[in-house]
Amino acid sequence: MIPVSQTPAPSANPEIQPYFEALREGKLLIKTCTHCRQPHFYPRAGCPFCFSDATEWLESRGTGAIYAYSVLRSAKDLPVLAYVTLDEGPTLMTSIVDSPASALSNGAAVRLSVRPGADGTLAPMFTLI
Amino acid sequence: MSIRGKACIAGIYEHPTRKADGLSLAQIHAEVARGALADAGLSKDDVDGYFCAGDAPGLGPMNMVEYLNLKPRHVDSTDTGGSAYVLAVGHAAAAIALGKCRVALITLAGRPRAAGQHQVRPAPGATADAPFEAPFNPVIATMYGAAANRHMHEFGTTSEQLAWIKVAASHHAQHNPHAMLRNVVTVEDVLNSPMVADPLHRLDCCVISDGGGAIVLVAPEIAGSLKRPVVSIRGAGEAIKHSAGGRIDLTYSGAVWSGPRAFEEAGVRPSDIQYASIYDSFTITVLMTLEDLGFCAKGQGGRFVADGNLIAGHGKLPFNTDGGGLCNNHPGNRGGMTKVLEAVRQLRGEAHPAVQVPNCALALAHGTGGSLGTRHGSATVILERQ
Ligand SMILES: [Zn+2]
Repeated sequence: MIPVSQTPAPSANPEIQPYFEALREGKLLIKTCTHCRQPHFYPRAGCPFCFSDATEWLESRGTGAIYAYSVLRSAKDLPVLAYVTLDEGPTLMTSIVDSPASALSNGAAVRLSVRPGADGTLAPMFTLI
Repeated sequence: MSIRGKACIAGIYEHPTRKADGLSLAQIHAEVARGALADAGLSKDDVDGYFCAGDAPGLGPMNMVEYLNLKPRHVDSTDTGGSAYVLAVGHAAAAIALGKCRVALITLAGRPRAAGQHQVRPAPGATADAPFEAPFNPVIATMYGAAANRHMHEFGTTSEQLAWIKVAASHHAQHNPHAMLRNVVTVEDVLNSPMVADPLHRLDCCVISDGGGAIVLVAPEIAGSLKRPVVSIRGAGEAIKHSAGGRIDLTYSGAVWSGPRAFEEAGVRPSDIQYASIYDSFTITVLMTLEDLGFCAKGQGGRFVADGNLIAGHGKLPFNTDGGGLCNNHPGNRGGMTKVLEAVRQLRGEAHPAVQVPNCALALAHGTGGSLGTRHGSATVILERQ
């Protein structure tokens, strides 16, 4: 885990400030490119695919499917580490919350639930639908 | 322009310690440097190229160059995690091929056990990716667990198949007096060990150890004047795999790129390789890497490793005959150095007799540094006995 003190404070990084502002409203913003039309995550000012700087924020519908997951047995009370593929396309690292580990499966449908993360910042997590 | 045949490994040394109480980090670097130079029959003042990674104490290579009192005309501290020392072999060979140096020293040292660091975590830093990973407590074991989870989902890989990798490593480690885990284990032993991060059991994980190692590479004309068997660098490849803007695929590693680059430069195929050192942070790392390097088709790694196929004297591809990171050591959580060292021992005919590959002339060493779950550096070298 990255110590909190070394994680850039959300307000200190203008490149991703809208992402954190949206999380405070329970929303997940990703980036898309007005030049090549391809969405990406994590968000950058420039498109990682066509290198255009013509990116804009896109609110995710907040739905997707579990791509992969792993339960850390020594930390059973913590959310499960997972990768979720958003319906918009990008896959992101996340946590699955409010769902027993035994109920998880690859491909299971999930919905966004914004929660405080291990480092204290708000983060996009997911629950089983 | 190619590095093929332009540089040779003349000296190697592996530190015998597995818990370095009473030794400083710089001191371990110096001890392994001394050992590898003595093995080569060279002296400190012959060294004109120095290579370390970002974990060496100090700013890049500078503080270690000072501590060792070297006067290099070429330095490199490229850090790709545990693969950095495999990558450094390729970089040192390139530097020697270009005439930038003639005697290159690569050192690794680590003491996480003596320092009380029992869980491996990604290196901290104010990186662009950190805000999108730190909230989820991504320890190394769960990221590799997720990769194994997806591999099982897509290809039907089983825990029993993964366990065979540990079984093979343990068969080799029984002959290594320095290995941390010398007991031969069975598939059942692996499956019955506690689950750490689904689907990886405790025995699917490498050991955490202190220690270190060093390699001395030299120009071929120098190698020919020394007493040790000559091991030549035949090819090298490197790659960085990452989350690619969200197009994440956890079922393969950067070996899909570093491997073909090394094989092309070497002018050989996977079926020509007689011995392979494969980075083994976890059993899944080995299985995926064997597929990615082309030792078997994608998705067939489970079948390939089963039934002892990686055990020296028994299977088709003897691997990690020192016991590897799974049983022997993983100095500083960076296993690339020891991968190269055992490949050199095999080519010299200096592996333990019980695991020595007969007449071993062509070997491969591969490193995977960082995390399969985020970003990692892959490095492949192909080595040849002259
Ligand atoms: Zn674009």
